[in-house]
Amino acid sequence: MSTTQTPTLELRNLEVAYTVRGIDRQVLRDVSLSIAPGEAYGLVGESGCGKSTAAFAAMRYLPRNGKITGGSIIFEGKDIVDIGETDVAQLRCSAISMVYQNPATALNPTIRIGKQIAEVFELNGASKSDAMKLAQESLVKVQIADPERVMRRYAHQLSGGMAQRVVIAMALASNPRLLVMDEPTTGLDATVEAEVLDLVRELRRDTGTAVLFISHNLGVIRNMCDRVGVLYAGALVEQGATTEIFKNPSHPYTVGLLRCIPRGGLHKSTDRLDTIPGTPPALGTKYEGCVFASRCSLADDKCQTELPQMVQINGEHVARCFHSDKASSMPRSIEQIEYASQADVRSVHNDDALLSISHLSKIFTQDGHKVRVINDVSFNLGFGETLGLVGESGSGKTTIAKLLLGLVSPEEGGVVTLDGKGLAQTLNRRDVSDVGAMQIVFQNPDQALNRRHSVTRIISRAVERLRGFSVDDSVVRAHELLTGMRVDASLHSVRPVQLSGGLKQRVAIARAFAGAPQIVVCDEPTSALDVSVQAAILNLLVDLQKKDNTSFIFISHDLGVVRYISDRIAVLYLGRVVEFGTSQRVFNGPFHPYTEALLSSVPNIDGSIRKRIPLTGVVPSPSNPPSGCVLNPRCPRKAGSGYETLCETEEPNLTEVEPGHFMRCHIPVANLKQLQN
Amino acid sequence: MKDSTNSDAKKVVLAERLAVLKKNKAFVVGASILGFWIFCSIFSKFMVRFDQDAMDFESINSPPSLKYWFGTDSTGRDVYSRVIIGARIIMVISFVATALGAFVGASLGLIAGYLKGKFDMVLMRILEAISAIPVIIIALLAVAAIGRSSTVITVLIIGFIFTPNVARTVRAAVLGESELEYVAAAKLRTEKTAHILFREILPNVLPTLIVEFTVRLGYAIFAVATLSFLGVGLEAGSPDWGTQVADTWDKIFTNIWWPTLFPAIAIASVAVSINLISDALLEVFEL
Repeated sequence: MSTTQTPTLELRNLEVAYTVRGIDRQVLRDVSLSIAPGEAYGLVGESGCGKSTAAFAAMRYLPRNGKITGGSIIFEGKDIVDIGETDVAQLRCSAISMVYQNPATALNPTIRIGKQIAEVFELNGASKSDAMKLAQESLVKVQIADPERVMRRYAHQLSGGMAQRVVIAMALASNPRLLVMDEPTTGLDATVEAEVLDLVRELRRDTGTAVLFISHNLGVIRNMCDRVGVLYAGALVEQGATTEIFKNPSHPYTVGLLRCIPRGGLHKSTDRLDTIPGTPPALGTKYEGCVFASRCSLADDKCQTELPQMVQINGEHVARCFHSDKASSMPRSIEQIEYASQADVRSVHNDDALLSISHLSKIFTQDGHKVRVINDVSFNLGFGETLGLVGESGSGKTTIAKLLLGLVSPEEGGVVTLDGKGLAQTLNRRDVSDVGAMQIVFQNPDQALNRRHSVTRIISRAVERLRGFSVDDSVVRAHELLTGMRVDASLHSVRPVQLSGGLKQRVAIARAFAGAPQIVVCDEPTSALDVSVQAAILNLLVDLQKKDNTSFIFISHDLGVVRYISDRIAVLYLGRVVEFGTSQRVFNGPFHPYTEALLSSVPNIDGSIRKRIPLTGVVPSPSNPPSGCVLNPRCPRKAGSGYETLCETEEPNLTEVEPGHFMRCHIPVANLKQLQN
Repeated sequence: MKDSTNSDAKKVVLAERLAVLKKNKAFVVGASILGFWIFCSIFSKFMVRFDQDAMDFESINSPPSLKYWFGTDSTGRDVYSRVIIGARIIMVISFVATALGAFVGASLGLIAGYLKGKFDMVLMRILEAISAIPVIIIALLAVAAIGRSSTVITVLIIGFIFTPNVARTVRAAVLGESELEYVAAAKLRTEKTAHILFREILPNVLPTLIVEFTVRLGYAIFAVATLSFLGVGLEAGSPDWGTQVADTWDKIFTNIWWPTLFPAIAIASVAVSINLISDALLEVFEL
């Protein structure tokens, strides 16, 4: 970075503390960074590391119990730590804007979109009628189709991606010199995320606004930012140009983070994921030495007692580590496997299906309309196999899980067969053994574990009901299960609220395994977790599968995770299976046009440039699906394929295009292959 | 669970809540006043100075003095002793009546919120109809039908009247809870509906229920006093506060204010103290 220019934002030795129960707990330690005009600076780290606090501090917008205890925040050469409230308000009004994580709550639900945006212009001195005009222009700028209609809508009538565009339009309305984006795409689907990120990139090019971009997603950071800072426990541990950091990570934490992501090509059959041992420190823990020492495999006595300073690695690439030269070659951190792998004993492609579902459909009634959320879904699942279910929100992934488990009953004609035996449609008509044979790990362990019961009770009750054990025996078995999930014995009697996210999910997994299941449905089991915890949970699931030959149905929107853990994959769109095949086939192509678009929208961490295949428009409502192929209005391969009329009039069947690879597309696979090369 | 550590964990959670409550001024004031009246109703025997029914014909309608702290009424009975004795009556009746309403209301609310659908629809309409009738009218009708007023009838009426409010509050909480995944998890281990309702969901809506109970208790104090005042509550001549006010209020115009004022203050102080406590609970449990 050239130093001749005054940076837009500079944090110098910033220290922030939160007062919790009367004690000041330090959350940011000696954070120094600077963002040049027009630059995008990414702040990355796991939950609780202080990313959002840094963002709020930069805007002088800390919660009431937060305070700046040291250092300075310099905005365009002026220290804003001690300026008055009115000056801060003026700054936020005209110079700094923020885009929040959840667009649904960032917009006022009672004010029409147009008026909300116009308010920002009015604040900056525009007249009422001008403000409305400017608002409409700003919607055009964020590429909203039909801005006039959107202006008259309310927040709840917009999709997530649209709402986030509106929030961005509002943030840009004041022509800010600094835009703070706090996880702006975290709640969005991959294809929508890609579009929003494209938009932000374009706007940045046009306006030259400096951006402070906060994300836990390394792929997004890599694709969006010029420079990156890695935060751990409130301290900046590494900083430098994005390409440099990803190419040559020099702090053990950064190295660990990059290693534990299930990235391109890794598969459970050959690779075990790295984890970062231990847990992040509690809020406000005091340190003598390095903040990361307790979890670092390179740490020695010096790291425990002496605070490392930033060491220059290469130009402006700095790392706060005594052993930065050894970081990239540090030993891999893989958990011990406690039992012999049986992977080679069994064959994945067993002809006898353990589970087979055929012609499963589900119609929900919504405001008097019949909505077909699942449309004629059929597939088989083998012994010890993992089937990945992939699709954007609303594609019906979770509904399929509920249909299988009997929590929701399918329409007439849908059959679920387990091990050759037809299952009753509803849960209360199934045998105990059938119920125990198919269990689920829910997405959100906070909701899935009863917060009023102890961990042991949650598990032992399931053992008692599903295995018919006596109360005492089931408690013993519960302890065994929990220990098997590596939940420490000292935690067996606590309530879920006292556990970390990863431990809660381990308890939820233990509960799913309480009835000795043949099939476990994993519904986004790691999407609420940090990447290092995610890696440990995925390893655990793979171990359990190898040990008991359990089959998994793995639902996730994270394609890297699905690719790592799945043997076969079903891609869903609007309640239909559009592509089905082995993990290899689905990820290496030839692709179904939808899968192609989905895959191309994922920001990857290896930095390879892929051409993005955009999906235009929005996901149509399942209550009024398009005629012909349901993908046709958005299909990236329809135009020019020569099959346009067919696509628009007739729904394609799921046909086998290659051995073991099925697609629902009119365009012959040979043509697709050609287009995709 | 038999785990001793489990109950330890519970104690820790409770201790944290209590620590927050202790800092709440409204709660401290409310709890002190209510604590005083609870103390009175338990140890009234040792606190009274005279038998509450003993008549001192020497000093009828005598104003507050060192002998009769709150003065005497028109039959020469010690007002202080009657107020102290009255505490137990009103507290026990209000508590039992509220407990009855809370029990029936919570059960109905749990079932309605969990089953949803037609049962919920019909039940809630019936409960709405009940809550549309004023307490006094129901009490008058009941007394007229039975021919006399009594403690049991008062309890039943107040419990009946409170049922819809409790049911509605509990139902709303259950509606949210029953969507959570732990309920689906319970179904997936073949639990019966009763277990899901009372062992899984009820513990999670208990804070809501406790707060609702305290709010209702405050109203119950007023309701008991009002019914007694109107002569359709407890048996005539009983030393409860409502009846005392009813028996003496007309003397206020002859400047004999003490037999009315002290029981009135007692009613107000209990009602206010319970309201202070329920406000504090609402704040602490963030409902």
